[in-house]
Amino acid sequence: MTRETTINLVLALLLLGAPMLAASLGEPFYVTLATRIAVLALAAVGLNLALGLGGLLSFGHAAFFGLGGYVAGILATHAFNAEPLFAGIPATTSMPLIWITAVAVAGLVALPIGAISLRTSGVYFIMITLAFAQMIYYFAISWPAYGGEDGLSLSMRNAFPGVNTAKPLPYFLICYAALMAALLLFRVVEGSRFGSALQAARQNGTRLAAVGIAPFNIRLVAFAVSAMITGFAGALYADLNRFVGPSMLSWHMSGELIVLIILGGKGRLFGPVAGAMIFVFFEYVLGGITERWQFFLGLILLGIVLFARGGLLGLLSGKPRHV
Amino acid sequence: MFTALLIEQLLNGLQLGVMLFLMAAGLTLIFGVMGLINLAHGSLYMIGAFACATVAAATGSFWIGLIASLAAAAGVGAIIEVAVIRRLYDRDHLDQVLATFALILILSEGARWLFGSFPLYLDIPPLLQGAVPLPGGGQYQLYRLAIIGVGVAVAVGLYLLISRTRLGMRIRAGESDREMIGALGVDIGTLYTVVFALGAALAGLAGALVGALQSVQVGMGEPVLILAFVVIVIGGIGSIKGALVGAVIVGVVDTMGRFLLPSLLALTMPASQATTIGAALASMLIYVVMALILAFRPSGLFSAQS
Repeated sequence: MTRETTINLVLALLLLGAPMLAASLGEPFYVTLATRIAVLALAAVGLNLALGLGGLLSFGHAAFFGLGGYVAGILATHAFNAEPLFAGIPATTSMPLIWITAVAVAGLVALPIGAISLRTSGVYFIMITLAFAQMIYYFAISWPAYGGEDGLSLSMRNAFPGVNTAKPLPYFLICYAALMAALLLFRVVEGSRFGSALQAARQNGTRLAAVGIAPFNIRLVAFAVSAMITGFAGALYADLNRFVGPSMLSWHMSGELIVLIILGGKGRLFGPVAGAMIFVFFEYVLGGITERWQFFLGLILLGIVLFARGGLLGLLSGKPRHV
Repeated sequence: MFTALLIEQLLNGLQLGVMLFLMAAGLTLIFGVMGLINLAHGSLYMIGAFACATVAAATGSFWIGLIASLAAAAGVGAIIEVAVIRRLYDRDHLDQVLATFALILILSEGARWLFGSFPLYLDIPPLLQGAVPLPGGGQYQLYRLAIIGVGVAVAVGLYLLISRTRLGMRIRAGESDREMIGALGVDIGTLYTVVFALGAALAGLAGALVGALQSVQVGMGEPVLILAFVVIVIGGIGSIKGALVGAVIVGVVDTMGRFLLPSLLALTMPASQATTIGAALASMLIYVVMALILAFRPSGLFSAQS
């Protein structure tokens, strides 16, 4: 077992154990905090697939996060009001169905966005993904049917068969299971032929094309899968807060997802998990000390970018890894 | 009446375009010369607006405020360049994005610390109050016309600076080969600081000018920053001419879309529905235009780098 594997195992057990302990001590707040970590980490695992493995610096993943959230919010609202969605299709409050819809919607939106954005690279790619996310953000704000600028409140958490999702711990376990499943998927993709091609596309697209694999298609699939995972996280996030609003779509959210990955360690399996832990910890601890916590977060982030490359896992597991 | 409204909206679009040009020119110059993507450019816009509002309130003169905005934005820009940005030139885009994102957090929260969360207000200077009659009836705000004039003047000034002066020659040389001009004895570090401060000053000027039309508040730079990104993506990153053309396209398309789309849709559907759908579609219009342009010209209309 390498040092990084040990650290990963410790992180996984820590994220599972801490909220269980908190729940048994009657501290539901910390369970919710851990759920927040799990969901943000899940969203970042999605982005890590595109950014870490594929080198695709998407500054627009909030779009998919928010779309997932809006799918959950819109379906739940329609179901609550007993209105069919359109053409008589009934809405639902069943989480598995909502998740499937959120993942499908995120993937379907990611395909055209990716197809256009991936024609470019470098700074263009960053700015175009950002611009498309802004497009969806402004659309959500100016479309009044689902709350516009005010967002949508969910009257209660959606249902999962056989689980009482209103309680913090069962809902945490759902999110934790989702995170673990996504990490497993990330591991499988990383080791697969597709993953090798994706990493080769990052390192040298021309060379990949020379051996007969078109980098564009590989990148597009990676971008879509990445968006689907982030969309899934968005649906969970909406249920966690019982609220979805344009802030989930905002470019700050896209920035935060990138920050999570960098804090933890780019391209590493548990990078997003470590990053989400640090981020939520900062948010909670600094936010408790000062209202200006974002100022200090900015300073810390600047310090990490300038002086501590490789993130937390890079520091802990030592071995330099060129990604 | 419709003609007058149309002309008014066209001028509004032009005014927005000119504002965007001031932002985009700095961004594209910084990218072209140093290869740096600067997300914190919107914060410099905000700093310009705050400096102008504060100094104008203290001295009672908009014009002193305007000078203060240029000085403040250029000064903060130079400090940021020396302290942070300089370390980022040979890093990849990811590090640049993150470091400048961190700068946004610091500058926005810092501004909120200093000035509070309430917006400041800046009055239009007495000299430029009033309106000008438009052909076809109707009036147009003199101040907005003055902004368009400033934008045109800056565009001409930048053109002359870059094509006619020694500094401009060095900037062009820096774009094509930075090692070579370093080897020829040009202090590249100072050149970069000057270019960054120049871009910052343009952003600060834009912020101060718009500050008199809108409220001056934390976060005001971010929507403009993203529009400026759209502008330079359309125009071609690194090209000032592209920034000008892109800015006018974005400004006019956005304004005319918001003005015309609801009325166009009203021909086919009930008026109330047309207003909401029209507004929602209009907010997406420039991004659609951007996507269309990129589909045919992936590196923008006037790409400086092939």
